This record gives sequence, structure tokens and C-alpha cells, in this order.
Amino acid sequence: MAFSEHRLIFKNIDAPGYTRDIACYQKHGGYEILKKGLAMGGPAIREEVKKSQLRGRGGAGFPTGTKWSFIDPAKTTKPIYLICNADESEPGTFKDRQIIYKDPHQLIEGMILSCFANGVKLAYLYIRCEFTEGWKILEKALAEAKAAGFLGKNILQSGYDLEIHVHRGAGAYICGEETGLIESLEGKRAYPRIKPPYFPAVLGLYMCPTIVNNVETLCNVKHIVEMGGDAYAKIGRPNNTGTRLLCVSGDVVKPGYYEFPCGAITLGQLIFNVCGGIRNGRRLKAVIPGGSSAKVLRAGEVYKIKEKDSQGNLVDREVKLEDLRMDFDSLAAAGSMAGSGGVIVMDDTRDMVECLANISTFYAHESCGQCTPCREGVLWLKKILSRVAEGHGRDEDPALLKDVADRIAGRTICAFGEAAAWPVQSFLGKFKEEFQLRIRRNGAAAKRDTISLTH
Amino acid sequence: MSNCISIPMNPWNHDVAKDEKDLVDVQIDGVWLQMPRGLNVVEAAHRAKKFIPHYCYHPKLSVVGNCRMCLFEMGTPKMGPDRKPILGADGKPEIAWMPRPQIGCATGITPGMGIRTDSPLVKDCRNGVMEFLLINHPLDCTICDQAGECKLQEFSVEYGTGESRFVENKVKKPKNVDLGERIVLDDERCILCSRCVRFSSEVTKDNVLGFVNRGSYSTLTAYPGKRFDNDYSLNTVDICPVGALTSKDFRFQMRVWFLKESKSICTSCGTGCNVTIGSREGKVHRLTPRENEAVNSAWMCDYGRLNFHYLEDKERLQNPLTKAAGEHFPAPWGDALNRAAEGLRKVQPSEIAVVASARMTNEELFVLKRWMDELGVTLVDTVNRPEQGDQFLRSADGNPNTRGAELLGLSHGGRKLSTWGGEIAAGRMKALLVLGGEDVVAAGIPAACLAQLEILIASAILPNATTRVAHVILPGAGFAEKSGSMVNVHGRLQRFSRSIAPPGQAREEWMILRDLREIVTGGNSLHSIEDIWKSMATVIPVFAGLSWGKIGDQGVDLTHSLPAEATAK
Ligand SMILES: Cc1cc2nc3c(=O)[nH]c(=O)nc-3n(C[C@H](O)[C@H](O)[C@H](O)COP(=O)(O)O)c2cc1C
Ligand code: SF4
Ligand code: SF4
Ligand code: SF4
Ligand code: FES
Repeated sequence: MAFSEHRLIFKNIDAPGYTRDIACYQKHGGYEILKKGLAMGGPAIREEVKKSQLRGRGGAGFPTGTKWSFIDPAKTTKPIYLICNADESEPGTFKDRQIIYKDPHQLIEGMILSCFANGVKLAYLYIRCEFTEGWKILEKALAEAKAAGFLGKNILQSGYDLEIHVHRGAGAYICGEETGLIESLEGKRAYPRIKPPYFPAVLGLYMCPTIVNNVETLCNVKHIVEMGGDAYAKIGRPNNTGTRLLCVSGDVVKPGYYEFPCGAITLGQLIFNVCGGIRNGRRLKAVIPGGSSAKVLRAGEVYKIKEKDSQGNLVDREVKLEDLRMDFDSLAAAGSMAGSGGVIVMDDTRDMVECLANISTFYAHESCGQCTPCREGVLWLKKILSRVAEGHGRDEDPALLKDVADRIAGRTICAFGEAAAWPVQSFLGKFKEEFQLRIRRNGAAAKRDTISLTH
Repeated sequence: MSNCISIPMNPWNHDVAKDEKDLVDVQIDGVWLQMPRGLNVVEAAHRAKKFIPHYCYHPKLSVVGNCRMCLFEMGTPKMGPDRKPILGADGKPEIAWMPRPQIGCATGITPGMGIRTDSPLVKDCRNGVMEFLLINHPLDCTICDQAGECKLQEFSVEYGTGESRFVENKVKKPKNVDLGERIVLDDERCILCSRCVRFSSEVTKDNVLGFVNRGSYSTLTAYPGKRFDNDYSLNTVDICPVGALTSKDFRFQMRVWFLKESKSICTSCGTGCNVTIGSREGKVHRLTPRENEAVNSAWMCDYGRLNFHYLEDKERLQNPLTKAAGEHFPAPWGDALNRAAEGLRKVQPSEIAVVASARMTNEELFVLKRWMDELGVTLVDTVNRPEQGDQFLRSADGNPNTRGAELLGLSHGGRKLSTWGGEIAAGRMKALLVLGGEDVVAAGIPAACLAQLEILIASAILPNATTRVAHVILPGAGFAEKSGSMVNVHGRLQRFSRSIAPPGQAREEWMILRDLREIVTGGNSLHSIEDIWKSMATVIPVFAGLSWGKIGDQGVDLTHSLPAEATAK
């Protein structure tokens, strides 16, 4: 069975002869949808986005139409800002950069439409600093769009004005968290804000109503305006509409980025059919389905998932890992999440202790340090894990790790706390014997009571 | 003039409700209470006598919610299908509890809210935060100045486990950092609550402090090339919940649990910031601000805070001194006062002039005034002490009791004083009493001119150019060594209580004046400040109905009863 992609966002990306300049984009129908959108009017676009049931592609999967409805351009006296979150820093995620590098005008058109829909006159494109080339590409594309009259004053004689500025981060994962991003944009340390009261829709950038959306989300807006919300909602599954960009990395034959309608394929199909299976003839051991923060799934697991049957009744269905649909609700029901679309595949040669130590090292490095449980807890997790991985584990370490993680998740300022705790909770829960084995094997070393001084 | 002075730099007052009368029902640990709408949960619980521990929250600073110590369990009313709260048997809303704890400092109360401050989840949250805060903490309490008033210590006992599960190496950070003129920072002790950072950005607005590095390596520091030196910097030592910021003046001097605390006011300018004096065995070790929203909120200036070391000056006048053959000799109080009385008896009342001091207390000034009236002495004035002042607390009046001196009719703003040099030179003024440590030489009367006086009596705590030429020197008491009241520049009557004894034979000035009066004119004895108040309240209209006790720890606003010309200043 062939699994052909349904390329909506990636339609032109990597297509032979497709270039990122505005002429090529326009040759492929670029900025035509902008004209349509301007004619429709803001409220109509917002209505279509609501109908589309589009969910945010940045990680949390929050319905975009609902997010936008928190702001009423007709009633707001303060300026409304829109920020495109192009910080893409979740390990395992590399979809936004494809858009930025290869089809920047699609993003810009989506942004202009979204800004127009929400009465935004000034928008920011916050891009991670590591995308040096991407930043130059965006600056050039914005200049092209402006020269062509799609940006700036009186866009296409509609009377609508919009400026978009690119802002480069300085290399911190936390700048992807929307309120940390806003602080950073204001020129401060990217310390995420407490919510309440600082919900971006109310007290966002410069304490004004602000919409933060992911790159992929904003591109989707263009297609929703093009085909209409109802038609868009037919792609994928109810509540999981549209296509999803999937970034597959790890031990598969063909890692890469793919686009499928939400839930159209299963995890097994993605790994074994689309990506050609596990490398070197090895077996699947585990998969992280939505970026490094998502809880790990273990090969052989069976999940009880509530689903509607043909009569519309909720029934329990047992679903094997391979049969999990790649959509928001199915992965959430399996105890993980679709997150940022970063699918990390691990084969049976992978040492789970080391994998987790690696992930925790990332989070310990990236915690912004603002709130106590995350600041202190995440480095502690990393230190214990490095010690265990280096052969100095103690029998009590797995329980201690779990306890520390449990005391981070749900008690922090931002979702980074969960992002750091979930891998630990899930790896320990699902691969307990591997941690115990590692510790037992190194028991002699641990008994000498020499704690490594290297971390 | 308004009842309260406004403190323009105080950005927040979370402990004061927007409208104290707009009450809502909230359930705190099972008990339904009425609390002002919007008050945060930490403050609401506090009013209900439930303490929610907190580090980063400070009622006068913005809320950042970073320490997570104030996590509590929150509930909202269960809603029925009609979108109205479902009521329980007690007629109160049934509460749906949220699984996720919330921070009390950033959560305003709403009608029907449920608050649990003591549930197993809440205890586990606090226990977790305590453990996290301690794993990288140096635990050098034995040499830490904060020990004894450290929130980390207090909350460890209250909410911690008493043992550590941490076997890794601790994070190393800078120690003994010279942050500014008056402050030393120990970054390893810092719990990164950002109170000092917010103080610097929101209250003093010099914005010098900030954090560098990330995660557990986050480090408090001053902006490169800048020093944390503002005139209010030491307030951060008070609000720092741990021993990270220490005062160079106080550090390593005294264990705080040995300090005796007395309520006082700062007398270094006309604002009269409310303070607590910490003393031990007759020595003042520190002043810290005492909260008074009508005066200084929770702050005081560094100058006032540190302006007490003169009390231990080795030059302190400890004995009455009388002059003989051009030299001063110690004399018993009786002899010194008799010598003064003798000198005064030899001249006409119209030839006597008094330099009172706007640094003296109302009580001292009152005793003086009564005696002058009995004696028929009318020439009196005070020495002005104009200062720079600032937009925050420091007053442009360097005298702490100008208003009191005016009220008692003893001050003419220094205008009279300026003519006295001439009066003395012309032989019309023959006796001069210089009180409260004033120095008339510095105020413009040359020492040579003073030498023409038949009698010069000076009371002071430190020698100065005037005492040097005085015939009689009467050693007085400093602000920490006496009790009394003053009226600040905003018309607020405030009192302070003696913290330590004056050195040697030195005495509170009201006693000196009382005894002098007894010798010179006779009259009833006053035995206490309370006695003086009984008379003052009947004689001084503005003080009518007041007593020492009624002034209380927060003072009394007199602006409504002060005479117009006094208020106009
Ligand atoms: C620690 C952390 C890092 C995040 N990083 C990113 C990111 O790199 N890119 C992104 O789009 N969203 C990121 N998010 C999610 C954003 O906070 C926000 O939810 C998202 O940008 C909203 O866009 P959407 O509604 O279009 O998904 C991150 C969230 C957290 C908690
Ligand atoms: S959870 Fe971590 S990243 Fe988020 S604010 Fe707290 S310390 Fe910073
Ligand atoms: S020095 Fe003190 S007040 Fe400042 S952040 Fe550290 S602990 Fe808080
Ligand atoms: S402002 Fe005036 S009263 Fe207040 S502490 Fe400073 S000197 Fe003392
Ligand atoms: S007091 Fe620090 S989070 Fe509330």
C-alpha cells in the first residue's frame, strides 16, 4: 500500500524549479488569496478560521479560531499585535524552517491575512537566531512583498496598512514559549509571564492584546481562506482537521519531513511504510511522537482509547502503538501528544538511560531559571541521570527521579516544567527495568560511594 | 493636604484592597468568610489568620510568581445547568477543586472561591519548593548574618523535611561580591526571588540589578560597570528573604536574635520614617524601616538608616562640664545646673535669648516653653537645616521637628537668630541658652562675639564650636536614648521610645530643662513623658484630646487641626 502525501503547506516545497522569490511564488498563484481575503473582510476570515477547526501547530494544539476570538478588533482601543512564532527549537522539529527557507512568501501571505482578519497593523516575526540564512531570506521576502504592494501602506488599495518586522532571538529554547517570546521581543530576558494575569490576548506585547501563532498555523490560514473553512475541515478528522507536517528523525531508513492529513496515517504506517522502517534491520523500541517534550511510547504498548463507533456511541477501543492515528486526540489518548510534530524513533540498540540523560541535559541547559521547581529540579534530574548513565547509579535513584519530576510538573510558571518532567516520568515508567539493570550492573561502583565529580 | 502622603515611587500596595467594602464570600480551609474582592489569596489568607508562606511576593512590588512557595489548592463554585452555582446543604456554593495548584500571590479572590492552605497537595508543593531551594544552597547559616531572620531557615523548619536527598555537587557561584557602596552580595545564598531587582526597577528606578546566565546557574549581578549605590539601596537588604544581600555596616557585627527591638522614628530629616531600633547592651546596631503607609511605606533612606553611629562617638559628652579659668571641668549635675541658674539670675529676662532646636522633641520644647513663659523670656528661635531632599522620602527640611517647634511658638525660621550677633555685640543680649546640640557659631554668631556673653549654657551630645566657649555644658541624649514625640513635615505627630540609656551622666533633655526650671523658678515636677502630655494636651489646642498612648505606633495626622501658617510651610 502506498502512502502518498497530501501536500498542502509543502505543495511547492522541493518541487523542481520552485524558488523562494516572489516572482516564482506569484507564478504559482501567490498573493491571489490575499486579494480574496481583503475582499472578504476581517470578520469573514475569522469566521472561516473558526469553521475550519484549525488547531495550533506550535505544540499545544489550541484552536486558532478560539484564540482569535478572545480579541475583538472592533472593540479594542489598544493596538493589536500579531507575532509569528518562528523560534522552532523543540528538539526533533524541523518543519517551520522548510517553509521559511523554501517558501517564505506562503508564510508572509498567511501572516498578512491573519493580521488583516484581526485588525493588526504591526506584526513581528520572531525567528530563532540559529536560522541565520532564514532571517536573511525573510528580510528579502518582506522587502519584495512590500515593493509589490502587499505590505506597507494601503495594501492593494484596500486602505489596510501593515508592517511586519523580523526579530531574531539570541539562542534560547524558552524564547519559543509565547510569553517568554513577548518579553524577549520587548528587549528583556525571556522570562515567561504568569498567566493569569498576563494572557497574551489581554496583556501581551507592550501590555496590548497579542496573537501568537506558529509558522505552520499561519500558513494554514492562507489555505483556509482559499478553500473555505468547511472544505478545510473535511481534510483530516473531526477536531483534528487539516494536514500535519511531521518531522521524523532517529533510527528510520528515510528520516525527513512529510505532510499528511491529520490522522490519515498511523504511527506504524509512518515509521514502516513512509519512512521505510527501522534502520539496519533493527526492531522498534520506542518513539517520541511530538517533540522531545512529549511522553515516550514503547513498542508493544496497547492503549485503551475512547472512540465514537458508527452509531456515534463512545466505546473503548484497544489500540496498538503501530495503530495509533497521527493526530492530536489519538496521541493525547495514548498519554502523549502530537506536540510540534517531531517524531523521534529509537531502535533496540538505544540505551534508554542515555537517551533520557541526553534529553534532560537539554532541558537543564534551557530552563530559564525563573521559577524554583524548574530551575533547581531540572538540573538535579540531569545530574542524577548523568551519574546513573556514568555508572554511579544508586538503587534509590529511579524513585528519586520520579519524585523530583512529579514535583516540577504542574507547579511552574510555564509549560517548560512539564516539557522537562514528562520525558523523565515516561521513560522511568516505561523502561524501569532498564534503569534498574543499569544501576545493578554498576552496583559495585556505587557501593564504593564515589559520586562522580564530573557533573 | 491629604491625610496620607503619597509615595510616588511605590508602585503597588497589594495588601490594600481596591474597595474594602466590596466583599465576596470565600471559603478558606473550610470556613466561609467575607473578604474584599480582588485581594490576592496570600493577603486574604493572612486576614483570615492563615499564613501562606512566600518568598518572591512583596506587597509593595509587582507580582512575578517565581518562587512557587505560595501554591495553594483552588476551587471554583460548581455550576448547574442553569449556569448558577449549585448550593450545598449550608446554602453556600459547592466547590469544584482544581487538580493543579495555583499561586496565591497572583490569584485574586472571586465570589465562591475555595482556598485550601493546608491540604496534602499544598504541603507537598511547599516541601518540594523547600527541597529545591536548599539543594544548591550553601547552608552556611553559622556565618550568615540573616540567620535568625531568614525565611529559608524559618520555612525549612515549618515546611521542610529536615534531610536532603541531594548527593550531587552544588552549583558554584560568586561570593563576597561588592555590589555597591553599602552592600555585599553572596550569589550562592541568593534564591533568585528578584525582590531586589524589582525594587531597583520599580521603586528607585535606577534599574541596576539583573540576572545573568540560565537555569540553576542564574546569577544576580549589577549592570556591567554600574554599582548598586542608590540612596535607598539598603532596603534590599531588608526585603531579601535570605542572607544574599548584607549591609556592610551591619554584617558580622551582631546576631539578630540578641537584638532588642524598639519602635522609633528616624530623626535625620523632616519625614520621620518609622523605624525599629535593634540594640544590644546599650549599643545601637541597626535601624530598619517599620511599615507606615502614611509616612514611609516599607522603606527608609540609607543616610537615615546609617546615621546613628555618632551615638557611640568617643567624643560624646558624658558629664556636665563647667568652665573655670578658660577650661572645662566635669561637675555634678547639681553644680552645673546651679552655675547655670546663677548666671541667668544675674541678668534681666529681656537680656536672655534661647536657641531651641527643631531636633528637640515636643516634650522638651514644651518644658522649655513653659519655663520661658514663667521667666518672661521671649527671645527664641531655631536653626534652619535646609537640605537637598529628593522626590521620594528625603525631606528638604533636615530638622525632624520643625512643625513641632512652630506649633509651640519656639521657631521663627531662624529669622530672629540672624540678628542676635549684633544684639550680643551691642551688649543688649547677655545670656544665651543653646539647646539640642545646636551650634550658633556655625549658624553665624562668631565665637568671639559669644565670648562677650555673661553666661552661655549649651546642651549637646557632641562638642561643637558653641560648647567650646560655653560656661556650662549639659550632656543630652540622642534619639535612641530618649522618648518623645515630633511632628513631621506633613503634619503627622509621631512618637518614639527610648532604646538604650545615654552614656555616663548624660540625660534626656526634658529632664535637664525640668531641673533647671525647678532651680530657677521653682514649680511642680514632671515625672514622665505621660505627665508632660497631660499638660500639653490642655495647653496646646492642636494636642487637645491626645495623650502619649493615643499617638500609638503609627502616629496621628494633625493636618486638620494645625494652624494655617504652620500648615502652609
Ligand atoms: C518551552 C516552550 C517552548 C515552545 N517553543 C515553541 C516554538 O519553538 N515554536 C512554536 O511555535 N511554539 C512554541 N511553543 C508554544 C508557544 O508557547 C505557543 O503556544 C505557540 O506558539 C502558539 O501557536 P499556535 O497556537 O499556532 O500553536 C513553546 C512552548 C513552550 C512551553
Ligand atoms: S518553568 Fe522553567 S522555563 Fe518556565 S518560567 Fe519556570 S524556570 Fe523558566
Ligand atoms: S539577592 Fe535576595 S532579594 Fe535579590 S534575588 Fe537574591 S534572594 Fe532575592
Ligand atoms: S528619609 Fe528622612 S526620615 Fe526617612 S530615613 Fe531618610 S533621613 Fe530618615
Ligand atoms: S510568593 Fe513566590 S510565587 Fe507566590
